[in-house]
Amino acid sequence: MTTRKQEFWNGVRDESPILLGVAPFGLIFGALAISSRLMVTAAQAMSSIIFAGSAQFIAAEMMGTGVSGLAIILVVFVVNLRHALYSASVAPHVRHLTPGWKFLLAYLLTDEAYVVTITHYNQESDPAHKHWYFLGAGLTLWATWQVSTAIGIFIGAQLPQNWPLGFILPLTFIALVVPALKDKASVTAAVTAALVGVLTFGFSFKTGLLVAAFIGILTGLLVEGRPK
Amino acid sequence: MSLWLVILLAGLLTYGTRLSFILLLDRIKVPNWFRRGLRFVPAAVLSAIILPELASRNAILDLSLRNPQLYAGALAILVAWRTKNVLLTIIVGMAALLIFQAVLGMV
Repeated sequence: MTTRKQEFWNGVRDESPILLGVAPFGLIFGALAISSRLMVTAAQAMSSIIFAGSAQFIAAEMMGTGVSGLAIILVVFVVNLRHALYSASVAPHVRHLTPGWKFLLAYLLTDEAYVVTITHYNQESDPAHKHWYFLGAGLTLWATWQVSTAIGIFIGAQLPQNWPLGFILPLTFIALVVPALKDKASVTAAVTAALVGVLTFGFSFKTGLLVAAFIGILTGLLVEGRPK
Repeated sequence: MSLWLVILLAGLLTYGTRLSFILLLDRIKVPNWFRRGLRFVPAAVLSAIILPELASRNAILDLSLRNPQLYAGALAILVAWRTKNVLLTIIVGMAALLIFQAVLGMV
């Protein structure tokens, strides 16, 4: 049985390696937003109000080109639709919590916090304080994103084209996903989603990712078959 | 539409997406296959992020044998599978990327 404090710090600890991959993107976002002539406050507000890396990049670029506001909102919505899957996936784990906790944890439900938290949830069976783990992982990522955006805004960032630190993100995802593939159905789901993801690479606004994820999940269900 | 309104609405929609099923699954009855499908969400979504990421450079698909990320990624998958160690996977993967970049740069 772990205490709240231990769970919180375990979340912080497990989120830490991924930060090396996230922080450079925060720097670049801050710098890019300013070069798209966004105000300093608007750039920082995007990181705290939208708080979704790839959607922010696309939105900031669109804002610099004079596209209509409605188009930008729609694109951000579509790019972030995958979060609905994350929401469904964590829902059974946060079911017992107060509305306040649910509203707070939903705000922190980014790709990077989700992958760390769901991996932990699927390994540990001690449910008492596991939302503190989610909080620790989520707040760590949140703070890193806010601070790195601010630094990017003020000092700018010039990164070489093949900047290798960005590679930490897929590596962390690999490290968390691969050990969780323990049966034929989940391996099939993962391989199918990966291949469809490559085939749909050209789809706009991350819709290929959604198609790939859905086909992967359906394949997993088919392989698993009906529960006996 | 003012810039601030765009940021606010885009943020609200994103937040609503993240909150959606956390609130809904309590209230609505979903079919059984939906609940069973949730188990595959992390594997499916993340694999659909990982492979296109490995297979592309500067937002262009590069499935050639000259793409160092494919080798580094394959090695990382092997390390993750055998050791289940996050830090080791990242370290081996990064080292492999730098080495393969250097080697393939010379060929």
